[in-house]
Amino acid sequence: MNAPIIEVRDLVKEYPPTTAVAGVSFAVREGVCFGLLGPNGAGKTTTVEIMEGIQPPTSGEVRYRGGALDTRFREEAGILFQKTALQDFLTVRQSIALFRGLYSHGLTVEEVIRLCALEALAERDNRKLSGGQQQRLLLAIALVNDPSVLFLDEPTTGLDPQARRNFWELVQSIKAQRKTIILTTHYMEEAELLCDEIVIMDRGRIVAQGPPRRLLHEHFADVLLELPRQDFPAAARALPLEILEASDRIEITTHDLEGTLRTLLAAQVPLNNLRIRPANLEDLFLELTGRELRP
Amino acid sequence: MIRRLLAVLHARNLEFVRDRGTLAFTLVLPLALVVGMGFVFGGPERPLFKVGVLGPHLDPAAQPFLHERYVDFVDQPDQSAALHKLTHQQIDLLLDLHGAPRYWVNTESPKGYIVEKLLLAAAPGASRQPVSGAALRYVDWLFPGILGMNMMFSCLFGVGYVVLRYRKSGFLKRLHATPLTAFEFLGAQVLSRLALILFVTVVLYGGVGALIGFHSAGSSLLLLLLAVLGALSMIALGLTIAARFSSEELVGGLLNLLTWPMMLLSGVWFSLEGSPRWIQWVAHAFPLTHVLDAARAVMLDGAGIVQIAPNLVFLALTALVFLGFGAWSFRWRIE
Repeated sequence: MNAPIIEVRDLVKEYPPTTAVAGVSFAVREGVCFGLLGPNGAGKTTTVEIMEGIQPPTSGEVRYRGGALDTRFREEAGILFQKTALQDFLTVRQSIALFRGLYSHGLTVEEVIRLCALEALAERDNRKLSGGQQQRLLLAIALVNDPSVLFLDEPTTGLDPQARRNFWELVQSIKAQRKTIILTTHYMEEAELLCDEIVIMDRGRIVAQGPPRRLLHEHFADVLLELPRQDFPAAARALPLEILEASDRIEITTHDLEGTLRTLLAAQVPLNNLRIRPANLEDLFLELTGRELRP
Repeated sequence: MIRRLLAVLHARNLEFVRDRGTLAFTLVLPLALVVGMGFVFGGPERPLFKVGVLGPHLDPAAQPFLHERYVDFVDQPDQSAALHKLTHQQIDLLLDLHGAPRYWVNTESPKGYIVEKLLLAAAPGASRQPVSGAALRYVDWLFPGILGMNMMFSCLFGVGYVVLRYRKSGFLKRLHATPLTAFEFLGAQVLSRLALILFVTVVLYGGVGALIGFHSAGSSLLLLLLAVLGALSMIALGLTIAARFSSEELVGGLLNLLTWPMMLLSGVWFSLEGSPRWIQWVAHAFPLTHVLDAARAVMLDGAGIVQIAPNLVFLALTALVFLGFGAWSFRWRIE
């Protein structure tokens, strides 16, 4: 097993009277894609910004390769923030060149442009890029120093499905180079596709931690049945089933599919709109917190 | 460190040059000043002789010369002040009517030459004492003030709002995630603005010089040194204002709070000589006052580096103090 490249120990961040991060500890192994998941306000962006050295913790510490977040960390970390504006009036190439000039080592500007498929946009003003192109430029800037650890804070929020898939392909190609990636997201599909390990946060605390498949296996040995809320009569809630209520649907977890279907038919629950699927990370979050990931 | 500073400096210069609106405003404003000053002050002088008379009051019966037409006789209570005016040709001749008539005339003044002939025709026995010195017009006195005021606005607003914009957009936060230090970032901003200000000031200086026939009595290199230190001090002052705030209204208010008193009390438009002592004390706390005092001493009186050393030291020290404070209090992100 790889040694941890980043360790987070008893991290607390308070914005009185709110506690954004309430004592969080975990380790990120070198070469993995590590996901921080949670709904808006869970504390994941605050946690990751403390890990990036952008803001100080109220207490606790973050260690990079066993030491403090010093100049070496800044030289070796690449960061893509949730929201970033670049300097006005610069082209894509000049924006990348500006950041390349801030690091002592890294890729050439041309290498980064090729890596992020920005050749056709290199001479375009950075303000005239689409959302997906802008994210590719910001990823390119995060890669100029050929980082050992890459932070991606909700990188595909606001992108259309096509741009999101293109971005995932880029991240997968970076992941193939065995770089450590720390990804925060509230898209479960994104986390399931990219992450080797995840931490699920809610209200500033960790509620689950481990590889996604293992977590799903631990919490869901079985299949999941989904019914629209209006199809599920109030009387059926007393049935001997494992029921979770979401805003617009009822979810039933079971290892005995036939028996559950018989129980529902006997209770005269209409099954025309029934969906049967395996559990995913969103189900896991709902199971752990009783809340939906996307508010 | 130099590599990072140069990267930010280069990007800032590109941004400025391509921002055509701001660039045009930065260049057009001083050029408009040049043209305006040329138009207002470039016309012919009024054909009137001005003679200073030492004494408590003017009594035309005491001297027939005082009946001459087209001569403006001005009472001068203080002899040394009157001689200073004569040296700068603000008066054409100085006449002392205490006892036997005597007079001082500026040997470099054409009008002094003519008015001396008129005096000797009326009072042949008057004794002559020559002085010399080039003519000083109001425009010569005002010119350093216009240069300084333009420099002040460019330093304070040009730097303050740029840093504020970077902070509000999140660009500073992104830079903070790199090895760039606050000192390197601020240093690049200072150098970029300094280069621009020196360029504009030199253009303005040359333009006005050509248009209205201005000539500095002192060293141009010394003026350049003064411009560098003055601009550094005022840029650093702008950075201290923008170092940590995120509100445009607050920063705009603070910059106005600084620029208006400086514009009124630093001697841009009129001399503060004779104003209450406390106003002079306040005025001497402003970098612009030291820039203008020193610039006028060099340009009008030909002062050397020794004479303006206190001003240069003040500007250098305030630049260091403001830049140090700005770097110390600097915030990369909105709190």
